[in-house]
Amino acid sequence: MIDNKKNHSNRYLKWILVLLLVNFILLLKYLLENKNIALLNPKGFVSNEQYRLILYSVGILLAIAIPALIVLYSVAWKYRESSTKANYSPDIKHGKFFVLKLWIIPSVFIFVLAFIMIPATHKLDPRKTVESDKAPMTIQVISLRWKWLFIYPEQGIATVNYVQIPIDTPIEFQLTADEAPMSSFWIPNLGGQLYAMTSHINRLNLMAEIPGDYPGSTPEITGAGFAGMRFTVRASSDQEFESWVDEVKRMPDSLAMSEYEELIKPSENNKMAFYSAYEDKLYETVIAKYISLGGHTH
Amino acid sequence: MKEMLLGKLDWHALPHEWFTIGGSIAFIAMGLMIVVILTWTKRWKWLWNEWLTSVDPKRIGIMYFIVGGFMLLRGGLDAIMIWLQQALSSGNSHGYLSADHFQQIFTAHGNIMVFFVAMAFIFGLINYIVPLQIGARDLASPFLNTLGFWLFVAGVIMVNMFFLLGGEYAATGWLAVAPLSGKEFSPGVGVDYWIWSLQVSGIGTTLGAINFIMTILKMRAPGMSLKKMPLFTWGSLCSMVMAATVFPLLTATLFLVFFDRFLGTHFFTTIGGGSPMLYTNLIWMWGHPEVYILMLPAFGIFSEVVSTFSRKPIASYMSAVLGMIGVSTLALLVWLHHFFTMGAGVNVNAFFGLMTMLIAIPTSVLVFNWTATMYKGRIKFETPMLWFLGFIAVFAIGGITGVMLAVPPADFQLHNSLFLVAHFHSTVIGGVLFGIFCGISYWFPKITGIKLNERIGKSAFWCWIIGFCLSFIPMYILGLMGASRRLDHYDSSTGWQPFYVIMLLGGLVIAAGVTLQIAQIIASFIQKKRLQDTTGDPWDGRTLEWSTLSPPPFYNFSIIPKVKTADAFWEMKKHDIEKQKFEDIHMPKNTATGIYISIFAFFAGFAFVWEIIWLAVLSIFGIIIVSIVRTFNEHTEYTLTAVEVQEIEEARHKKQIKISEKVSEFRDDYEMGVWDLIVYLYRFFLSFIRTKRWRTW
Repeated sequence: MIDNKKNHSNRYLKWILVLLLVNFILLLKYLLENKNIALLNPKGFVSNEQYRLILYSVGILLAIAIPALIVLYSVAWKYRESSTKANYSPDIKHGKFFVLKLWIIPSVFIFVLAFIMIPATHKLDPRKTVESDKAPMTIQVISLRWKWLFIYPEQGIATVNYVQIPIDTPIEFQLTADEAPMSSFWIPNLGGQLYAMTSHINRLNLMAEIPGDYPGSTPEITGAGFAGMRFTVRASSDQEFESWVDEVKRMPDSLAMSEYEELIKPSENNKMAFYSAYEDKLYETVIAKYISLGGHTH
Repeated sequence: MKEMLLGKLDWHALPHEWFTIGGSIAFIAMGLMIVVILTWTKRWKWLWNEWLTSVDPKRIGIMYFIVGGFMLLRGGLDAIMIWLQQALSSGNSHGYLSADHFQQIFTAHGNIMVFFVAMAFIFGLINYIVPLQIGARDLASPFLNTLGFWLFVAGVIMVNMFFLLGGEYAATGWLAVAPLSGKEFSPGVGVDYWIWSLQVSGIGTTLGAINFIMTILKMRAPGMSLKKMPLFTWGSLCSMVMAATVFPLLTATLFLVFFDRFLGTHFFTTIGGGSPMLYTNLIWMWGHPEVYILMLPAFGIFSEVVSTFSRKPIASYMSAVLGMIGVSTLALLVWLHHFFTMGAGVNVNAFFGLMTMLIAIPTSVLVFNWTATMYKGRIKFETPMLWFLGFIAVFAIGGITGVMLAVPPADFQLHNSLFLVAHFHSTVIGGVLFGIFCGISYWFPKITGIKLNERIGKSAFWCWIIGFCLSFIPMYILGLMGASRRLDHYDSSTGWQPFYVIMLLGGLVIAAGVTLQIAQIIASFIQKKRLQDTTGDPWDGRTLEWSTLSPPPFYNFSIIPKVKTADAFWEMKKHDIEKQKFEDIHMPKNTATGIYISIFAFFAGFAFVWEIIWLAVLSIFGIIIVSIVRTFNEHTEYTLTAVEVQEIEEARHKKQIKISEKVSEFRDDYEMGVWDLIVYLYRFFLSFIRTKRWRTW
């Protein structure tokens, strides 16, 4: 009777393990093949580096976790009460170096990871301009309730919830906010986020390498219109970018101070908007506003 | 005049949304039901004298479990509501909740699960088990303990208050990030409810933590040096030291937010020289250690369970202790990893990334140590052990993703995404909640004298594991797809909807698991004759709590045990214990002062929420006066003479013999499954109605 039961549970276990393995492989296959998974299909220089970093860290961690888990579960199974083969010795003395091993094994893995992490943190400093043959370009970003305003100081145009950039050109997004809570600026396909807040300029340097339309959002909660605070990034060739700029310059709207005052009022699910010109030194005015109100800047 | 009397409170505040009305009705109905039952059975006096005013940590522990259990259902309902909204709200459909409602629900979900579920259970277990493990009869300050508990209850009522009296809850995320939580962006009373429910219960936590540090350090049985302390007590000590360190910081931070909102100061505002970044730092300096405050007792529980069920001492006791101390020390130095993305310099980010990674070392040591403990043991796979094995798998996923998030440039991509949400749910569900379930199923026989039903318990465990995988693996994938957290709506072109639907299904499977856990407790009580623990030591335990009866007498130990090793009771069982004489026992008297102070504290908080100044002033005076009156009460203890102790012990002994005679008849009985339980309950209700037993009940 007991034997029967044991065999039964053994068979049961085998099937569970097979099922787990199959599921795991299917999941892996899905993750690697699906082009919809933004972080695993990077389209820019920074996101590519970050993707590699994610892969390395997963790899290193799995290298310790998988064997550790296998050992743990097989020990648990081997020394189960119903097993007749395993010998029970509660007074077992562990070797001299047992405690040392306990501490050194995980330390080694973590230090390897730390040696990758620290240089990578320096290399991928969001303030650092991405290296490229082309001259870097600046886009000023103001987070509003609940939309994103993009100002192109070099081109003299401004847009809402849409930003077009030339590929292989390093872009510096200068993030700030106006009359809005702290938000976060994230383009999953192009690279990592940084917070946008009043009286501060946070610099996020990215570079697109493959043309396409990429979604951007704020993952940091900003209030009622938070989910609709999305924008689109179009990465295109230089020529397309130039012709787009010319097109915007011919647009009827322009962002004078009075229009800006209208724009910063809270509104949800905003459509894209294009301005052929904007109030002189708009961005600087927005920053200065908070300094004159007793804020500070860095 | 009206404003002087009622502040901002008026008729418009009353619940008028369908979900708040539903909540109000549910709460009022539940309250009425309890009142009716208590009046019918004439139990009011009993409830007041035996339970509410009790200073016995065992009773307080059970009250923590009851409140925590109800809040688990409330927080779980929130989770299902969140998932339902997200599963529906794609493209043209905007789901069934407005953005504001949705945000209130996930804020409440976070607060309730962390403060009023996890904290409740952890404090409940510490209350019940720690004094037993260290061989103490009560706590260093029994009064502080009831005060802490009742302040916690006041916090629970405050967090649900908007159901009863209206208003709204915070819609800011569980930590009420500044400046979103300021008056400028959140003018309603939601954030004020948030402030005061956390403030009142947080002060209770600080008091509790100080009390337990004192208890563990000063009230251990003779011979129990720190190096011989059971590991759950060690985990609790580490956790309580952390709580006493960081909870005052929460109190201070909440006061500053309150000043900003109430007095118009500028600590965290965007204008007037305020710094929202300061708030982010302060709240996480408390918030990160907070999760470890929950985690460390759970590590302790797993250490006890692995050792007991493998029937072996822990492989390296010192490594386990140092591992826990290491985790708790490092956990105080990592708060900045919650906002690498705020724009700190690279060296700052690298430092905090490194500190975070280092936590993985003591944590892995604990896991390896448990493996070595199982090695050459004889492992019984009963439910506590199953929860441990489930914990390892889920927590490993949480740990790996946690270290990934500690790499600052990787965190830039993963931060605030659903990947992050899935990560902390892996650690908190896998680590803390499974730890709590493990602890409860392990100590349930000690607490009630009845072992839990294994059959239903195992089904509940598998529901939890399968439900967890279904809900959180898709969440990881969504995070990688670029889905951020807290979305009440998303484009249909994103292709995220199927994943949200799977997550909802997983949530329902987890809900089935919770239902089974309730069924498990009911079934255990139905078959209590079969499952009775007559020895006080159902698992062949190793630590002192198993040396006393189940449930223990109110004075815990008739004779204080003398401790020689870390597995004190294991050693005692090997050697014959010499009979000792009973002695007089000093026990603390019950007191209602904690309740009075908490009522005043609740009204003070409530008054500040609605800006009713006279009530606030009155309540604060009330707190001060009641506290002063209490200090003049010198008769807080009474003596139980040796003769009385002997009488109680002998009566218990006779009863025990009687029960064990009966129990042997029922031992071979069939253990109930879920279906048996349903049939049983159905028959019970039929006979209940037919025989009209309720008339005489």
